[in-house]
Formats: sequence, structure tokens, C-alpha cells
Amino acid sequence: MSDSSLTTKRAKKQALGPYGKLGQAVNELDERLGVAKGGRTFMDKIFPDHWSFMLGEIALYSFVVLLATGVFLTLYYVPSTALVTYRGSYAPLYGQHVTQAFASSVDLSFAVRGGLLMRQMHHWACDIFVGAIVMHMGRVFFTGAFRKPRETNWLIGVILLILGIGNGFLGYSLPDDLVSGTGIRIAFSITESIPLVGSYLSFFLFGSNYPGTAVIPRFFVLHVLLLPAIIVGLVGAHLFLLVRQKHTQFPGPGRTENNVVGSPMFPIFMAKTTGFLLLVAGVIGLLGATAQINPIWQFGPYEAARISYAVQPDFYMGFLDGALRIWPSWTFQSFGHTIPFEVFIPSVILPGVIFNIIMAWPAIEAKITGDRSIHHLLERPKDNPQRTAFGVAFFSLIAILFIASSTDVIANFFRLDLATVLWAMRILTIAVPLIAYPLTLRIAKELRALEGSSQRKTANLVTRNAEGGYDAVSAPIHPDDALTHHTAIALPTFITEAPAGDTSDTGVRTVER
Amino acid sequence: MTEHHTPVTLSSVSENDPRLQPLAKNPQDVERRIAVLFVAGMVLEACFGWAYWINAQPWILGFTFGMGLTFLGIGLIAWGKYLMPQGPFVEERHVLANSAADRDAFTAAIVDRGGGVIKRRKLLAGLLGGGLGVFSITALFPLIRSLGPLPGTTLQHTDWKKGTFAVDVTGRRVHVDDLTVGSIVTIFPEGKEETDNGQAVDQTVLIRISNSNFTTQKGRETWGPSGYVAYSKLCTHLGCPVGLYEQKLQLLVCPCHQSMFDVTNGAIPNFGPAPRPLPQLPIYVDAKGFIRAQSDFHEAVGPGFWERS
Repeated sequence: MSDSSLTTKRAKKQALGPYGKLGQAVNELDERLGVAKGGRTFMDKIFPDHWSFMLGEIALYSFVVLLATGVFLTLYYVPSTALVTYRGSYAPLYGQHVTQAFASSVDLSFAVRGGLLMRQMHHWACDIFVGAIVMHMGRVFFTGAFRKPRETNWLIGVILLILGIGNGFLGYSLPDDLVSGTGIRIAFSITESIPLVGSYLSFFLFGSNYPGTAVIPRFFVLHVLLLPAIIVGLVGAHLFLLVRQKHTQFPGPGRTENNVVGSPMFPIFMAKTTGFLLLVAGVIGLLGATAQINPIWQFGPYEAARISYAVQPDFYMGFLDGALRIWPSWTFQSFGHTIPFEVFIPSVILPGVIFNIIMAWPAIEAKITGDRSIHHLLERPKDNPQRTAFGVAFFSLIAILFIASSTDVIANFFRLDLATVLWAMRILTIAVPLIAYPLTLRIAKELRALEGSSQRKTANLVTRNAEGGYDAVSAPIHPDDALTHHTAIALPTFITEAPAGDTSDTGVRTVER
Repeated sequence: MTEHHTPVTLSSVSENDPRLQPLAKNPQDVERRIAVLFVAGMVLEACFGWAYWINAQPWILGFTFGMGLTFLGIGLIAWGKYLMPQGPFVEERHVLANSAADRDAFTAAIVDRGGGVIKRRKLLAGLLGGGLGVFSITALFPLIRSLGPLPGTTLQHTDWKKGTFAVDVTGRRVHVDDLTVGSIVTIFPEGKEETDNGQAVDQTVLIRISNSNFTTQKGRETWGPSGYVAYSKLCTHLGCPVGLYEQKLQLLVCPCHQSMFDVTNGAIPNFGPAPRPLPQLPIYVDAKGFIRAQSDFHEAVGPGFWERS
């Protein structure tokens, strides 16, 4: 070790090997954990390039924003229904008796630096999270990506949607403002409506008769601890299964059931997806900066005997509220008991049926078609008209129920009779899915019969011929589509734009595995 | 360093292969644009720090933060899309399923090893199962039962009793001369106006419909002295406060789901999803002219539940 040549910089460099300190670090790590092979495989994982695969990424990255902003909010929010006198900077509320939950929510909006931005970003990120999950599910559904072997990941996804909706409602309730308080009241009544055990369940959930003092601290624990922990675990499982089973891909040249064509994890996909994380966070930041959401100081604190007019819940609760509005007032009341069907059916049975159908869809479809083989190549929506038609009809039902949650606003805006709007919604709820199904089926079948319908549109050259008729000649294929006609190659280790000076090889280093 | 390594041959790919070239036709130009985006992002994030330091308006904080990240993000995406090798690249998809023999070995291990052990000691297995079963049932008690009290008859009653004074939200007793015809006030049992239960359960609307005694339904002849009628303010649909009074139509409207109750006719719902009339509170005017309750409501207030008769 006393050899003087080792002390020179060059000698040190040589001793470290061709990859320097990083190489040494990898050696050390690999000797202990054996990461080299798996790490290389992971870096070589191929991600198909298609815009629709971004929807799940939006959900994932808005969840990252939710976690980051949520941690910030917990530093200032006080989950307590103890009454305090508001002495903060928002003048209209000054001196009012409000709960600590409400006071701290207003204070973190006005007195904490960046607090309002964080609160609004948190709320926007939640809406985007749930919305992106729904869009992502639509992509997976309409392209048949849920088929064997990915049924489990579909199930995890649906549970994530339910948990996302549930946790959104819990978080929305925490500021204890007038609007969210009314939502909590409705949640209590819905729990109460369950036959036989409803009043027990609602008392156990709230710790007493409505409203009690336990609901805010309990919702807080569920919102910041229990549900996020489950969501994080399921997101991990979702991603693990995705890596294990590899991505699906759309059919195309060189794409088979036995390969995946696209960009490698490192560095191409990593650059794109990290950029996308920054973009999603940036857009949520811009929304939080410019688009006001849930101004609780305008609603005021919750008082059980007060109520606001024309207030809707967050969009993902809309279909439930709409169902509650249009369901008729049928109730059961005799033998000394009441079964509030007018609440139980639209708010417990209906979402139960909806989510169960969604969860069981892979099994239902396999049963109907008898197709139980493994699929890695996707279908375009037109390729499976029956499924597409069912999906559109199903989604149109949810959409109509969502619109029905604004019957009063619609009636006011269009100066219509409320009864007219109500009956229109009832009829549309049944009629629209019934029309949507055959219509979509027809469109899908005709598209399927059409040649080249999945290709990008190119201008046709139309010429008039001697007889006065018209001839259409299709133009050459769009250059972007032509690009995909390169056959894919296996991933080299390297990637330099210009050949390195000292390589005598063909620009690509030989990889030793 | 003497082990054998199998080189992966990529001899078919030359350095000029189009798939290893960037997508951009003019990489230098794209690189310049991305550099501009990164500089803009860097400057904006610095502005964000500055805005935070001087405690600027929230929209300035969010704008600098959001725009900065957006620029950095778009730049990075463009770098990945236009300047890195365009591909496409391919990887093989290996079948996850193992051979039938492997599966049989796995199943056999479960059945033969586990099954053998359990079958030989049936008593122990049964006792262990029983113990864990008992534990899982008793574990439910602290988990569920201690979360709250049993409802009992809580939901059947309110704080209104015979002779209770009606007070408004400030605690002031309501006098028969207080309201003009067509006016409405929310009342609470005296002493309960500040409590959770008083606010959430006892809340009642007092409406003056006329100047003379008013009967809303047969059998309720004494319930509407001097034209005052009192109804529970809890909607029978989902318990929202029935906060809107349509004076001309004599309707109480719930803003949540638009149930409407006819106040002149026992608050029978004539529109919307509410299944039952609002319970009416029997009231009387005492010698000094104050509004007081004759008794509690004759039925449970609010939305329906199983034990409600």
C-alpha cells in the first residue's frame, strides 16, 4: 500500500475500475444484497408508448401530491370539536364560537404561510386523484386490459377507487364547516337506514347520537392514518403486479403476445415519467393558486340547525346524491318497524350493486364469452362491441345520476318547474342507458367493419373523373404512424448519440450479463 | 474476474441505426428550447422562494411554484421524448406459469406436509382453531362494542317536555306577540339551545300561519294556538334542517334533496323523496303569553331507522 504509484490520481482512478466510485458502490451493494441482475432487469423494463397509459400515472402522482400537502396540513389542523372563540385574521368570523377544527382550518388558510395554497392543492389533488382513477379504469375496461392474468390488479384498482372516494369524503368533512357538516349528517342518516343494525352502526361510528364530539377526531384518524396506509399498501401491490406481469400493449407491427415494445425504464421512461410527476404537481399548484375550492370561511362554521342552499358535494359523491334525489319516497312502515327504502336503496344497495358489478366484471365477462385464456394484447373499443356498449351504458347511468344531483340548480338556471326536472331525470336515468347500449353497439360494429379505422386520419385526395363522378385516393400514411413500422430491437446498454472515440466496436458496447 | 460471462450480441444494430437516434430532426435546436424551459423553471422556483420569504399572496406562491414545476416537467418530458433514442425497443415476455411438475411439488408440499401434521394431531388442531376462534370473537368487543353506546330509545325522544319554554337561538323565550303572520323562527327547548343535542335533534320550526287557532290535522285541535304551528326541523328523508320556508305556498322545503312539506296540512310531504310528514310539536300559550310545549313529539323525529315504529 505504500507504493507511490497508488497515490497519484490516475492510479487511484485505475484501481477503482472502469466505473469509478459508482462501480465500487454497486460492487459493495451487490456483495451484500445481490442487486445487480434484478436492478438491470428493472432498468430494462419496457413501457409501451401510448398516451392512455398516462392516466394511471396521473392518479399515482396526484396521490404523491396528496401525501405531501396532507402532511403539511396535519401540522396545523386540530381535530377537535371543542368550542373556541375565533380571534383570527378573517374579520367576518371574529368573535364567533366555532369548533377548534373549523378555527384551525381557517387559521391554516390565512395565518400560515402557504397554508391556503396547500389546502387548495390538497383538495384539487383529491378531485384529480379520483377523476384520474376513473379515467384509468375506463382505459383498462374499454381495451380489455383487465382480462386474465390481470383480474387481481383490476380488483385492487376498484378497491383503490372506493377508498379514494371514502377518504375524500372523510377529508372533506374535517374542516367542520356548514356544508361538510350537512354531509356528515347525511352520512349518519344513511348508516341509520340499514335495516336491523343501522342505529347501532351509526352510534358506534359516531360514538353517540348525532352529532356527538367523537366524529371529527375519528374521521381524522381514518383520514390521515388508516385509509392512507391501506391505499399506500394497495398502490404498492398494484405496481408490483404491474411489474411482475408486465404491461399490456396495443397490437401493432412486431408486437405479439410474447413481447413488450416501447421505451426502457431507464433512462427514457424515467425521464418522461419524472417530468410528468413535476407537470402534475405543477398543474395542481396552478389550480391551487388560481381556482378557489371549498372556501370554508364563506360557508361559516357548522351549526346543526343551519343549512346552506344549492350546495353539491365533491363530484365523486354526486351520483349518490343524485340517486337519493330521484328515488321515490317508498318506505316500509309496519309491525312496529321502519325500513327506509327511500334512503337504503339509492345510497346503500345501489352503490353496492354498482361496485360489485365493476369488481366482478372480469369474471362476468369470462363467464359470458367463455374466454379464459391469457391476453397481453389489448383490444380497441370497437373490437369488442358488446363490452364497449355495456361500458358506455353503465357509465351513462352514473353520469345521469351525477347530473341529477343538481336538479335544483338546473331548475333555477333554466327557469323550469322542479317537478319537471325531477321527472325528466327519472326518465333519463332509465332511457339513456337503454339508448346508449344499442347506439354504441352499432357504432362499434360499423367502425370495426371500416378499414383502417384505428389509424390516424390522413387527407384523402378527391378527383373528379370524366364521367362527373368523384374518386377518392387515400393519402400516404401519417409519418408518426409510419414510425411505428420500425421493428423493435432489444435494449443495448449504452446510448450515446455520437460514437465514443475509443470504441472500435459498432457504437454499442458489448454487454456482459 | 475469471468467471465466464455470456455477452449479449447486438451486432445487428449499428451506431447509425435510426432507432438509436433521437426523434428530434434538429437535436441542437430542441436542446436549446429545453434549456430555456429549465432556466425558466429555475428562475420561477427561485421566485417562489422569494415570494415565500416576503409572505406574498397565495396566488403568487402557487403561480411561481406551479409554473416552475410545469416548465421543468415539460422540459424533462421533451428531453426523454425528443433527445433520447426513439426506439422502439422490445423485451421478451416470459411465461409466469411454472411447469406442471413444479406446481404438483408445491401443492404436494402443502397437502402432504401440512395435512399430514394436522391429521396426525386432530385434537391439537381443533383446540388451536377453537382458541383462535374465541379470541377473534372476543376481539370484536373492544373493536366494535366500545366504539359507542347502544342506541336504546335515544332516537325516539327529544328534550321537549311538558311545559318546556320555546327559546330562539339566542336563548330568548318566544312570546305570542313576537311573530307576524307568515313569519318563521327556529326554536329550541329552553336551556338546550347551546347543546349539540338541542341543535341537532330538538331543533323545531315555529311558523305563524294565522291570527287564530289553527288545526293542521284532525286530532290536533289544540296544537296550533293563535295560529302558531311547530314542526320538527329535521327532514324525514336524511335529517337535513328543513331550512326554506315558501311563505306563499305554505311549504317547508329541504335544501338537500328538495322534499316539500305542506305546513297547513300536518306537514305532509307533497314533493320529493321524504316519506313521512314532519312530526308536529304540540304547543300552548301560557298565561304570560309565552310559547311552551304540551309534551314531547308524539313520534321519533328525523330520518327512518329500523326501531322506529
